[in-house]
Amino acid sequence: MLNWIVGFTILIVKLGVVLLVLLLLAAYLVWLERKFLARLQIRYGPNRAGKFGLLQPIADTIKMLTKEDIVPAAADRFIFLLAPAVVATTALMMFAVVPFGSHLTLWGRQIPLVITDLNVGLLYVFALSSLGVYGVAMGGWASNSKYSLLGGIRGAAQMISYELALGLSLVPVVMLAGSFSIVDIVNAQAKYPFIIVQPFAFVIFMISAMAESKRIPFDLPEAENELGAGYHTEYSGIRFGLFFLGEYVHLQILGALVAVLFLGGWRGPILPPPVWLFMKMIFVALIMIWVRGTLPRLRYDQLMALGWKVLIPLALVNIMVTGAILLI
Amino acid sequence: MNDAVEAVKALAIGFATTFKHLFRKPITEEYPEYKRPLPARSRARIILTRDPDGAERCVACYLCSAVCPVSCISMQSAENEDGRRYAQWFRINFARCIYCGLCEEACPTSAIQLTPEFENCENDILALVYEKKNLLVDHQGKDKEYNYYKYAGVATEVGKKGEHVKEERPVNIKSNLP
Repeated sequence: MLNWIVGFTILIVKLGVVLLVLLLLAAYLVWLERKFLARLQIRYGPNRAGKFGLLQPIADTIKMLTKEDIVPAAADRFIFLLAPAVVATTALMMFAVVPFGSHLTLWGRQIPLVITDLNVGLLYVFALSSLGVYGVAMGGWASNSKYSLLGGIRGAAQMISYELALGLSLVPVVMLAGSFSIVDIVNAQAKYPFIIVQPFAFVIFMISAMAESKRIPFDLPEAENELGAGYHTEYSGIRFGLFFLGEYVHLQILGALVAVLFLGGWRGPILPPPVWLFMKMIFVALIMIWVRGTLPRLRYDQLMALGWKVLIPLALVNIMVTGAILLI
Repeated sequence: MNDAVEAVKALAIGFATTFKHLFRKPITEEYPEYKRPLPARSRARIILTRDPDGAERCVACYLCSAVCPVSCISMQSAENEDGRRYAQWFRINFARCIYCGLCEEACPTSAIQLTPEFENCENDILALVYEKKNLLVDHQGKDKEYNYYKYAGVATEVGKKGEHVKEERPVNIKSNLP
């Protein structure tokens, strides 16, 4: 019984710490993105609130919390209120299987530095990331506005074109590690990170991941200059904030996934494991921001063509080659 | 295959360009710290100027008030003992003003002029109603030389053309001799 209580307390503490770090990081990822993107476009970015604009995320949060939360009269109220929560929670829950260290020994107890080591961790991540798109589609449908609806439809259509490539690109990784558990995948990279042996899978995964997080060049559901703000046109206040949060948590998760699946996860010399994971995550995020600063938005059919005609065949060939090499 | 090479090359050029921009100094002009000098004829806060002799230029002809598309200029004309008109009071509501500059174009005496000074925000909307004492300045604005009464002779009860105070004789338009 005592053992159970201690275990439960440790789990709650771990959840709290991870949640806090995730939310704080999401806020400062927005700051980082605005700052870095600004420098790519030879601007300064936010620099008024605090030194280097470091208080900007706090100011933004206060602004969103105090703004009026408007539900359009013609909206489907229940779904409208639910959609942002779906996006935010699915994004937050994905981090549960990402390991940020091997284990910590406290008072003779081994605490694994991962919230839960699911043996189908990767499938869990895929399931949740697909569920996240429901939030987009629901928000777009429930708003009862043509822009939102178009955004929602695009979100759903986009999903069917990248999701397959996303899944297939990771099959070679699973083949190499021999497990769906992310902890095992990190352990399999003890000698060398998988990016060295799987560069194609890495590129395919990065592209699909960017489509997954609905970022430029794949921000079709949002498409500010075509659809207003796409699926969250009608949202305001903290509900818009939740969509925003979901998007940036997603960015972190994908950064963490790229780090964990291809860059060796928390493994690295000298520095403590969580710091290594954090640095790799930020590195991936910076690359994604760089991509955002460089590429224009793809058209609907271009995204479909890229997904179905390029990424999926490439991923399949990659699986076959990897399988052949593993057999020999 | 050729297409793929081309595409990769194009992407590489794009990424290199943005990467290079990362090390350039931002071109942003940070406003309150650095105020870009505005062109002399840019249109903002309105003033009432004086002629080179120091007298008020405004003759209260109401042309600015009439041409104003948002009707933000109002005044009351009055007459001096020498028969010249002036504005008893003159009021511009800057809360309505759209800074179109039509008043300046309509003004026959160069009295009303727009200046590049644009930082005249107020928290209280009534503080944006400027009276004559707020509008009147002690210089000639953009039109340094012009003195309306020197040229604009009209026969009045006080005198014929060119006989008023500081008025020049009418020019003989049939001759080009000085």
